[in-house]
Formats: sequence, C-alpha cells, structure tokens
Amino acid sequence: MANPILTLSGITKTFPGVVALDKVSFDVRPGEVHALVGENGAGKSTLMKVLAGLYHPDAGEIIYQGQPVQIDNPLAAREKGILLIHQELSLSPELSVAENIYLGAWPTNALGVLNKRKLRRDAQAALDAMGCSFGPDDRVGTLSVAMQQMVEIARSQAFSANVVIFDEPTASLTDTEKDQLFTTIRGLQAQGVGIVYISHKMDEIFELTDRITVLRDGQVQGTVTTRETDATAVTRMMIGRTLEAYFHKADSSFGDEVLRVDGLSLKGQFEDVSFSVRQGEVLGFYGLVGAGRSEVVETLFGIRKADRGTLQWHGEEIPLPSPRQAIDLGMALVPESRKEQGLVLMMGGMENTTLPHLASYARNTVMDRGKERATFDEYKDALSIKTTGPEQAVATLSGGNQQKFVLAKWLCAGPKLIILDEPTRGIDVGSKSAIHTLIANLAERGLAVIVISSEMPEVLGVSHRVLAMAEGRLVGEFEGEAMTEENLIDAVSHHLARPAAE
Amino acid sequence: MSATTSITKAGGHSSVTRLLMRNHIWVFLALTVVVFSASSPYFLTVNNLGNVLTQAAFIGILAIGMTMVMIDGEIDLSVGAILALASALAIGLQDHIGIWPAVFVGLLSGAALGFLNGTLVALSGMHSFIVTLGGLIGIRGLVFIYTGEDALMVSDFSYTDYPEIYLGPVSLTAMIFIALALFFQWVLSSTRHGRETYAIGDNIDAAHDAGINIKRHKIINFTLCGALAAVAGILLSMRLGTAEPNAGKVWELWTIIAVVLGGTRLQGGYGSMWMTIGGVLTLAVLRNGLRLLNTPNYVELMVMGTVLVLALLIDKLLSRQEA
Repeated sequence: MANPILTLSGITKTFPGVVALDKVSFDVRPGEVHALVGENGAGKSTLMKVLAGLYHPDAGEIIYQGQPVQIDNPLAAREKGILLIHQELSLSPELSVAENIYLGAWPTNALGVLNKRKLRRDAQAALDAMGCSFGPDDRVGTLSVAMQQMVEIARSQAFSANVVIFDEPTASLTDTEKDQLFTTIRGLQAQGVGIVYISHKMDEIFELTDRITVLRDGQVQGTVTTRETDATAVTRMMIGRTLEAYFHKADSSFGDEVLRVDGLSLKGQFEDVSFSVRQGEVLGFYGLVGAGRSEVVETLFGIRKADRGTLQWHGEEIPLPSPRQAIDLGMALVPESRKEQGLVLMMGGMENTTLPHLASYARNTVMDRGKERATFDEYKDALSIKTTGPEQAVATLSGGNQQKFVLAKWLCAGPKLIILDEPTRGIDVGSKSAIHTLIANLAERGLAVIVISSEMPEVLGVSHRVLAMAEGRLVGEFEGEAMTEENLIDAVSHHLARPAAE
Repeated sequence: MSATTSITKAGGHSSVTRLLMRNHIWVFLALTVVVFSASSPYFLTVNNLGNVLTQAAFIGILAIGMTMVMIDGEIDLSVGAILALASALAIGLQDHIGIWPAVFVGLLSGAALGFLNGTLVALSGMHSFIVTLGGLIGIRGLVFIYTGEDALMVSDFSYTDYPEIYLGPVSLTAMIFIALALFFQWVLSSTRHGRETYAIGDNIDAAHDAGINIKRHKIINFTLCGALAAVAGILLSMRLGTAEPNAGKVWELWTIIAVVLGGTRLQGGYGSMWMTIGGVLTLAVLRNGLRLLNTPNYVELMVMGTVLVLALLIDKLLSRQEA
C-alpha cells in the first residue's frame, strides 16, 4: 500500500463554546478516493477549511509529502498542490475559462502585461487533459454548471495537484453530468492524485470510493475500507448514540384528527407521502439531511406546490393551501433557518412576536402598545426567554432565545397545528431542554405538533409516534415499544443501501 | 477522460448578436446621431463633431477613472472636487513655481487624494460611497479655502494656448481623452492589473481564494481615478484660463451616468472603456444636439433623464435575454 500523500494527525479546532474538530486524524493515499461522511455539524466543512488554509488548527499536525507543513491561505494550499472544489463554485463568470483556471497566477512579463498566448496554450493543455469540449476563450458565465465545475477541476491539471477535495460535487448535477464527473474523478485517480470526496449520498460513496472516514460531533468514528462495509454500518457510525439527555414527553390524551395527508408528491423531492396527526399528539419526522422532510412540510404549508395529493383538515377535504390560507386555517410552520425566514433581526422581541398579527393589535391602524406589551410579557414568562426587555434587538440574543421568539410569534396566533423544523439546531443544551418542555406543553394544551429532527434521541424523546423518511419516501412508522434507535437506523439505512435506480 | 462532450453550452446567441447586445450603447449613439443629423443642418459638420469631442473630453477623462473603480465594484464621488482642486492648484501655484511644476503639483494632489480614498476603502472596510462622499464635501471645502472663494485667474496667457493646438478638427484636449481611453482599455484587457480588477468585481471571494491582492488593486484604481480627475481639472483650467471654486460640481454624477449608460455594471465585474466612450459620447451628442435645436435648459435635463432610464431599461432587458 502506497504511503499517504497527506496525513492529518490530532487536528483540533475550537470555536467559542464548540469543539468543531477533536483530535481528528485522517490520511489520503495517492490514487485513492477517500470519502468523508457525517451529518451536518459533524465537522466535515471545518476539516476541509483547515486543509484549504481557511482555518488554522489549534493543535495537531499536517504532514504533506512526508514533511510537516503549515497551510496559511487558499493560495498556499493550491501552490502546494492541494485543491478544494467548492460546492458553491469559486469562479468569476465574466472572465474567460483560461483566466479562471489560472486566477491569481496569470503569466505576465516584468511590466505586468499578460502573456495571453501562454495563458491560452496552458489552459488548452489542461482542458485537453480533461477532455473538455469548451475552449479557453469561452466566458465562464455562458457555461453550464457542470462545465463550470470542470473549469475548477481543470485547475488540478494546471497546478499539478496531488490532492483534490470535492465538497458535495453532485449537488446540482444531472445524472449524465454526474457520470461524467465520476469519469473525470477516476481519471484523476489514475494519475495518482489523492481524492477526498465529501458527500451525503451513500450510493455515490459506494460506487466511487476506496475508503470511508466517518465524522461525528467533531470526532473520527472510524475509517473503513469501502469494499468491506455496507451502508447500514456506515449510517450507524454516522448517527450512533449521542449523549443521553432528559426528554419530557407530553402526557396528553389524543383527540380528533387535525390533519390527514394522502399521496402527497412533488417531483424530484418526495413521493407518495401519507400520514395523519391528532390533537395532543407529537408526531416526529426522522431522516438524514436531504431525505425530503422539510420539503414535505413546506408543501403542506403552501411554500412549495405539490404535484399530487389530498389534504383533510379536521376531517374535511380541502385544496392545498397557500401560505396565507394555511395560517388562516390554523397551521404554523417554524422554519429551520430562523435567521432567514423567522425573525427580523434588528427589531426587538416584542415587535417580532406580534409582526404577523398586527391587525389584532391595532385600533384604527394605530398600534395598541399596551396589548402588545401584555402579549410579550405572557410569552416571555411562558417560554422563560432571557431578554433585557421588549426593545432588545433579537440579533443580540442567543440562538436559543431567538428560537423562542420564533415560537412565540407563531403561538400568539393560536394555531391548531404547529410544525417545528429542526427546532433545536445550533442552540445550547439548556435552551434545548426548555424547547423540549415547551413542545410537551403545547401537546398537553391540545395542539397537534409535528417535529422534524435529525437528532435521533430528540425525535424519539419528544414524539408519541415517529415517521422515518429516506430519499423522498416514508420508509417506516414506529409507535410505543417499536420506537428504538435500532429500528430507525434499520429503516433509513436499508432504504439507502438499495440501488439508486429503483 | 473524454466523456464531457455531451455537456452543452448554455445560451444560444450568435457571436454577432452577442457583440451587439454587449455594446448596445453604440447602436444607441448611432441612432441619436441619425436623429440629430436629420433635424439640424448644423449637427453633422466636421466642426461641430470636433466640438462634441472636446466637450465630451472632460467628463470622458473622469469616466475613464470611474470605470476602473466601478469594475472593481466601488464608486468614487470625489472626482468633481478633485478636478476643482487640481485646477485651482495648477493656476494658483504657477506664479510662484512656474507652469509645469504647478501642473505637476495639481496632478500629484489628485493622485494623493485618490490614494487616500483607496487606502481608506481598502483598509477600513467602509463602503466607498461613504468614504468618497466625505471626500466630495471635504475636498470642495479645501478648494474654497485655497481659492478664498473667488475664481483664480491665469496671468501667463501662454497657458491657455495649449487647448488651441488642433489636429484637423480635433483639439489637444480631445486627443488626450482618446489616447487615455485607448491606453486604459489596453490596461483592462491586457495587463494583469486590469484583468484582476474584473476578477475582484466579479467574484471577490474567488479572487481572494486565488490569492489576488484585493486591497492593492483597489488602491491602485482609486489612485488612477484621482490622478485622471486631476488631468481633467488641469485641461479645464487651460481651456478656461480661470479656476472656479465651483468647477466640476455634480460632474461626478454625470460621470457615473456616462459610465453606467455605457453598460459598465454598478456592482462591478463587467464593463470596458469602449462602453464608457460610447456612454460619454452619447451624453455629449444629446446635449450638443438639443442645444443646436435651441431646446430650453430644463427640457434638456428632462430629455436626458428620460434617455438615461430608457437606455438602462434596454440594458436590463438585453442582459435578461442573454442569460
């Protein structure tokens, strides 16, 4: 077995309050495709940024071609022969292909005049080595995404890269383009380039890679040879068992059915999703990132338009609603990206809470400050929000307290069904448990609650019933005794392990 | 590795259409020339066209520097004030140190203020709109202090002879404008500094990751912009023989209008001197043509405002088509 071309040992990187990488060791051999997998927040992107010179590790050593090295910035990484292919392509659309390949390293004479002939010739050679159909003079903005990706990969030829890191390269490619990308990657492999392949997609990983390293919570869970393992084992390593936390499950009696969904489908996102939820019930949605969970609830709420499917609200069939209609019916959706969708960050907590319901706080269009204040105080106490007062801009609050204001905002509309998409992502442990308690309280007050979560203990801890999703389909429903981590992992990974062409 | 042939190129326009789409301002300019030629017998004469070129030269030279700064994704509002300062220094100092040293000091003041603008923008991270807005006000104040609020008069009238040098109908001022425009078009298209200027305005993250020294390029472009504003100021002082403290007021706006009219993108990353020349000439032709038709001043402003919005609307529609 060839010696590793790049070895990381004991890499540690901390951010305030978080250990993003905890003594991570990892190596790449020449001519190998090495997959790096893990759930969101596992540390993949931090590790990648360390390799690309964007972050400097607090501890640990990077050994490249047998020598300990320090990677100061992305240019230094590229000059050493370590190339990162970004998921969001790092190109200038107005410049030519040749200029983009050699961006920052254009050949010039002593006066800074470009040697366009050499630039074009070298770029052409790099493109030829890749078998690209476009020329060095084409403007990058006129190329398709797949071709733009080729321009980035062509830098590996131009700079004689020894290590190429792909970050979710297939995210925006069609199937044909994906096959062509794989051919290109195998070509690099044949040249002896060491490849790091970051992906969520099990089928790609098993098709392409030689070894798999699994990260979880900033730690390496293990490195395995792809041929000797299967999707179930890898998924198990990815998800695993995290620290036990205290969960408060709602002690509520179920009432009438609030929502029933039948055969909901949206092409390319999810297919044939059917389920129902009752008053006082907490329904969990579990699945890996990209399984289609968020897309399903966004469709229920009218943010996306379904292709097929019917909805029953309190036993009556209704047309698929628009977001406004959904709110009027009594649905509330607390989105995952609260900063983008949930809050006006420069406004205070009080104004954020009443924002969607201003009509009920106004008398002849003049705001009733007293009534607003009363609502603010009610939710501040009910959710134990830590804020200095109604005017404190929510931007200055912690993630947990921001999340509570998002909840307050939706709760004061008096919804009958509340959907929480990753309600505890990125917030501290204390706030997490407050949110879990709140979920239980909501159900006990007779609301129907849907909780989406990638954290298995959370979804098992707060829900009465759990639906498992994988690749846009419901792959299992568990209740009571059957609600175990083992069952969820089996449901999700068995589906993933099946061939993609199904 | 030859499986990429079936990946197709996006956008299906021929290169001629694309060329026209990307240089629509020249089509627009040709149209205005045709319209004015038809409506005024004095328009399409060698003398008048020579005049248009000279009138265009001052905004034109400012626009050259502005184009460099704008392709970087920045803006310089202080060019009008720098023009006034350079013109005041060139006239005010020549009795003490001689004509050419005074001209040199004028140029230097422009370059130095441009350097200051660029350094503040690059190092502080403040938006150039704010930095150069401060420059616009502060430098104008400096001009008033220096001139004592009165116009400075030239005493050695050989200074005002230079603009009388003509090559056929083309004045020295116009020749300097054209030469500078051609030179900076070459800088943009053929030097590393020029191309990296595009790279920065187009995708600053990609440029940074590629190790391009963003701050240096921005400082260079602001310095060039300041120096070019001083060139315009000195040429103006030669032409007028006086230095008005109010010279070049709101010219920064006409300059920005000319550059944007040409098609250079306000957000940066796209544009050229060809486009800017087109924009500058279009403004000059419109103004000249309307005056030949004895259009009242306020109607002239209305027409020019309408034309500007119209031209930008066309640009927007074309670029949507192209995408």
